[in-house]
Amino acid sequence: MASATQGKHPAAERIAPEVRMTEPTPTGSEKDSPLRFKISNLDVFYGPKQAVFGLNLNIPKSKITALIGPSGCGKSTFLRTLNRMNETIRNTRVEGEILLDGQHIHGMDVVGLRRRVGMVFQRPNPFPKSIYENVAYGLRVNGFKGRLDDLVEHSLRRAALWEEVKDYLKKSAFALSGGQQQRLCIARALAVDPEVLLLDEPCSALDPVTTAKIEELMFQLKDSCTMAIVTHNMQQAARASDFTAFMLDGKLIEHSETSKLFTTPTDPRTEAYITGRFG
Amino acid sequence: MERHFERDLEELKQRLLWMGSLAERAVHQAVHAVLDAEEHLAEIVLSEEDAINEMQIEIDERVQRLLALQQPMAADLRFLLAVSRINGDLERIGDQAVNIAQSAMRVLRHPQVKPYVDLPRMSELAEGMVRDSLNALVRGDIDLARSVLQRDDQVDRLRDQLFRELLTYMMENSAVVFAAFELILVAKNLERIGDHATNIAEDVIYFVAGRDVRHPALDRR
Repeated sequence: MASATQGKHPAAERIAPEVRMTEPTPTGSEKDSPLRFKISNLDVFYGPKQAVFGLNLNIPKSKITALIGPSGCGKSTFLRTLNRMNETIRNTRVEGEILLDGQHIHGMDVVGLRRRVGMVFQRPNPFPKSIYENVAYGLRVNGFKGRLDDLVEHSLRRAALWEEVKDYLKKSAFALSGGQQQRLCIARALAVDPEVLLLDEPCSALDPVTTAKIEELMFQLKDSCTMAIVTHNMQQAARASDFTAFMLDGKLIEHSETSKLFTTPTDPRTEAYITGRFG
Repeated sequence: MERHFERDLEELKQRLLWMGSLAERAVHQAVHAVLDAEEHLAEIVLSEEDAINEMQIEIDERVQRLLALQQPMAADLRFLLAVSRINGDLERIGDQAVNIAQSAMRVLRHPQVKPYVDLPRMSELAEGMVRDSLNALVRGDIDLARSVLQRDDQVDRLRDQLFRELLTYMMENSAVVFAAFELILVAKNLERIGDHATNIAEDVIYFVAGRDVRHPALDRR
């Protein structure tokens, strides 16, 4: 007969590698975390069409906030407002207040703002350059004078890509797989050491294994970088975020700790959406 | 458009209610084997135990499959968690019914210790609690679930009363010790059935309102 120590299931080892001797620290609530963004009465218009209505939301520091909602509900518009990417679209008008660390973002130099608030898009969009240059580009633009090689390596390591590309740094970024390209884009965004990273459906074009890598990466990064992620994948929001905001028709319907929103939402519209009864 | 997931949930609920009716009937028959001195009722309970156990496994498998394949959220998730726990409670109720049936077979070999007054009341209360906890699940009725929680104290009081009374019988006449002891076991099992019904009612409140009322002293939400 096998002894109790023989043939231990790998999953059991993963879950309980050793007896936990200290009580785990509970995840703090929004109240316990200092705010990175404070958004008040935000309205966003594309010409005559209003896309976001009177949105109030706090994004706490060193946490991941997920934005969910059906297509066209305004979540990507809202995300792009946080680093003024919407200003690249003609006839866009933003009203209301967005404070980053207590400062109005509309009073800031837009290049400086986008250095502090980086963005990763749905489709990986590396520059038509080498892997190395993709990461180094932002640093050069920002006038970085130090040891570029070190910082490129550091950024690629933070994006969990270094080990896979360290021997091919001169190769074109387009030679990488989709998941690697997306991590390269994250490395590029991280190179300028942003305080906030905005991720607009970063995994929608990726397979589950690569998605898991990106989610793990987000988890590793969150101590040093606040993140806001737009996702259509409910399980991803549930797995990867600390807070979740549900938007519908341009309005914020519900915002709470992710564990609460996905088990006991308070608004029936949230309930209907996350249980797949509409949207 | 009704999704097949919703049909699966409804089917799961129906299977759970069927299991509940089996457990409830087993309790009724087991207690009436004692009260009406009908040994064949006890035999029926013993012979039907496997059906309840099989239902438990079937329901567990259904829950497991829906959790894995549908990755449910919110009320759907709470429902599946509640069903999983209720499933365990119903199986335990089935076990308590078997215990009572076994006591019935032993107690029937002896003359009746006393007229049965509290035992039928206790049985009615416990069976009613099981029935109403399941009705609360069907209707999503929190008030009905709460009324089940309140009734648990009455069952406990009747058990204490019965213990005291049977102790006096045993002290007066050692010839009744064996039968009286079996009746104490029956009362103890009925009290445990009340506890399981209480668990079910708590799970219904969790499913419907998202509130965990299992340990009020912890004062969570």
